[in-house]
Amino acid sequence: MMLDWLVPTLISVLLVLAGIGAVRRMNMWRAGQAEKVDMLAGLLAMPKRYLHDLHHVVDRDKYISRTHVATGGGFVLAMVLVVFVHLFGVDSKILAWALLAALVMMFCGALFVYKRRINPPSRLSKGPWMRLPKSLLTFSITFFVLTLPAAGVLPEGFGGWLLTLVLSVLILMSLSEMLFGMTWGGPMKHAFAGALHLAFHRRPERFGGGRSTGLKPVDFGDGVSVKEVLGVAKPTDFKWNQLLGFDACVQCGRCEAVCPAFAAGQPLNPKKLIQDMVVGFAGGTDENYAGSPYPGIDLGHAKGAPNQIITDGLIHPDTLWSCTTCRACVEECPMMIEHVDAIVDMRRFLTLEKGSTPNKGAQVLENIIATDNPNGYAPASRTHWAADQNLPVMKDVKQADVLFWVSDGAFDMRSQRILRAFVKLMKAANVDVAILGDEELDSGDVARRLGDDATFQSLAKRNLATLSTYQFNKIVTTDPHAFHCLKNEYGDFGSDALQNVEVLHHTTFLNRLVKDGLLQLEPFKGGKVTYHDPCYLGRYNGEYEAPRELLASLGIDVAEMERSKFRSRCCGGGGGAPITDIPGERRIADMRMEDVVSTGASMVAVGCQQCTAMLEGVVEPRPVVKDIAEILAGQLIEETH
Amino acid sequence: MQPNVNVISLVSVGRHPQSGRARRAEQDGRAVELGLKLAGKNLTVVHAGNPQEPVLRQYAGMGLSSLTVLEQAQGCDALPALVSFLTENSVNIVLTGVRSENGESSGMLPYLLADQLNWPLVPRVADIVSVSAESAEVLLALPRGQRRSVIVTLPFIASVDNAAQEARQTAFGPGLRADFHVLAMDTVVDEAAHQWKITAAKPRPKRLKVVKAKTAADRMKAATAKPVGSGGKIMKNETPEEKAKAIFDLLLEEKVVR
Repeated sequence: MMLDWLVPTLISVLLVLAGIGAVRRMNMWRAGQAEKVDMLAGLLAMPKRYLHDLHHVVDRDKYISRTHVATGGGFVLAMVLVVFVHLFGVDSKILAWALLAALVMMFCGALFVYKRRINPPSRLSKGPWMRLPKSLLTFSITFFVLTLPAAGVLPEGFGGWLLTLVLSVLILMSLSEMLFGMTWGGPMKHAFAGALHLAFHRRPERFGGGRSTGLKPVDFGDGVSVKEVLGVAKPTDFKWNQLLGFDACVQCGRCEAVCPAFAAGQPLNPKKLIQDMVVGFAGGTDENYAGSPYPGIDLGHAKGAPNQIITDGLIHPDTLWSCTTCRACVEECPMMIEHVDAIVDMRRFLTLEKGSTPNKGAQVLENIIATDNPNGYAPASRTHWAADQNLPVMKDVKQADVLFWVSDGAFDMRSQRILRAFVKLMKAANVDVAILGDEELDSGDVARRLGDDATFQSLAKRNLATLSTYQFNKIVTTDPHAFHCLKNEYGDFGSDALQNVEVLHHTTFLNRLVKDGLLQLEPFKGGKVTYHDPCYLGRYNGEYEAPRELLASLGIDVAEMERSKFRSRCCGGGGGAPITDIPGERRIADMRMEDVVSTGASMVAVGCQQCTAMLEGVVEPRPVVKDIAEILAGQLIEETH
Repeated sequence: MQPNVNVISLVSVGRHPQSGRARRAEQDGRAVELGLKLAGKNLTVVHAGNPQEPVLRQYAGMGLSSLTVLEQAQGCDALPALVSFLTENSVNIVLTGVRSENGESSGMLPYLLADQLNWPLVPRVADIVSVSAESAEVLLALPRGQRRSVIVTLPFIASVDNAAQEARQTAFGPGLRADFHVLAMDTVVDEAAHQWKITAAKPRPKRLKVVKAKTAADRMKAATAKPVGSGGKIMKNETPEEKAKAIFDLLLEEKVVR
């Protein structure tokens, strides 16, 4: 046949072009900052991370996970076999039949991709993504027909040059999408960048069921020379594997669907944010972005370049300040992209370099620096709440079984009710407990989420220095934010103060007391109760069960909200969001209270003072908001002497 | 505004009222803010004291590329150092806080400076609206949000009231990177202050408040009004001679002029 050379040539040309694109793309990632990654171990672990961890997340949507297995698996298998059968011309019936089988599998998968795209949900990106199922179908059909002669089904040279020519055009169309598009920025880019992102992920601890939620500390250098820039100003200030991670996005919009700020009409959409990061390091504008915009901000005006300051023209600072750091997007992302890390990195630049934390941010940070609490109260009044509690102070007793980390709730009258309820329970169970009193400082959570890592690190180091002078086995707190800092973020500062110390949230601790039979509780006889999972307890620390078991111990059958456990919707109180207070169309707390109301519950149990404050801020009539410690304390059977 | 006008803001180490910790002083921060508005990058910020003081970085973090420190040991009088610095440099406007948050906190520094330099002093400024080659239009802060506009000839010293624009947020990175120009000065130990014994202030007993006001508006007035001296008269249509006579009579009466 005259055109025998055409098909192999087309395949090789596109493979070479894809190779060039891959090198070009890798150089874009390499423009980022150095970060140590165990390359070999990562690459070796990649298949398992893909097949297990990633699939586990994708599998929350059975339809797409099965579709993807068929399409993706079929394509990878088919592409490898295409190279053997059609490029190297290996003459083997077995290979040809295997290729046919792979293509049939891919075709079936692609049909479901096509079906999904007939009436796609708003979270999915359109544009080039609408063309993808057609390219997938073309690829599978074309190579199926092309492989039939090799499998012996059709005679060699069937159809003559006309069919070869038609097939070549189709090959060009489909392979351009599948190979060329993979490395030159088409929708298939997610496969190439995604595979490498899984291999070189910045938080490898997340794979295999692990958890890694603590923010990475800012490197302030050696104290002699000052770094040129703190935080992320330009796309090239990200670590190289963060840039790679942004490129892995499939624009499935699962993050958008769960983002509380997006739902509230604040100018944030996690998917768009990641796409803007790609625009940043690859250069260009957001004109070609075909998904939902940031609420209230029109598309087409954002411009970016690798060495351009991100907040000058690419992203409005309000977008970054809208985030509540609830991690719903990260939890939901099938590509395991770290949105929150990126947002806080950019906030660090705004706070540490530009001094432009919005609204009350500046004042709160100034207060934390001058008084070690966000509201500027006298540090000597930190223990006033406990004047009638007869609690031992570490300064006097030096050691105790349990150190009760009071947190800044000590200054807030509503939170003090939670603190008192918890103390009452601990006393009833005869817990050997002490507090730090005025020696305790703010945990640094708010400062860190507002981007002021200098103040966070100062607080962390001073707190650790205090803690290291006392002996205790457990540290328990009613504040999930302080809990998260103590448990996951204080470890970066080279102190052994928390070594061999168990850091516990009060619900976990109380659950143990109840299980050990140390608390006598009478069943709860109120109405229906639902439970709101605080982000920093649930998604950040994986504690979903202890609060539910506690409620069950009171005979409460929790009426679960549609969005609960790892899908819990944020109350709007995290990440300094109530301080920066970016306007939206609705309040996040109002939406969460609607979730509560829809269960028909008359009370919502909470395990966090911030959540309590946010949910109680919703106008009445609404269900009662109570911390689990308060509910338990109300049911406590007190011994009478 | 006027690039050829030299503006200097004097800053001190403040003290947080709740924690007692060193901080960027409230009014001095406003003096820097006003200075930045007038002179932008050309603003000179001067501190007399210890150049190692970390709080100075908080001022530098407002966007200053450098900060001048007249090096002094603890317990030295800032006044002579500042006077010699200001006379050696051609300065048009000096901005200070009304009173420091630390030390004597007498609020005398701007007055003494003005006296020694023989410059006019504009107390409690809310804003400086415009500056020309010879003079500046200054808004004075009066009680209850009132303002008075005055024209002052350069050079002058102004103390910045709490009514002025709040100091911008300080940024950690630029604060660390700012250069400190440390100048060695002939220091004078403040002998008088050396003799004093400083103790913590005791809260003064509060006078009982008898509410006489009948309406909310009256109560508001009573709560916000500063005591206004009775007597005096407003002269608008009289001749300049009559006005001058009235002032002279008053000065005689108050025994200012003998």
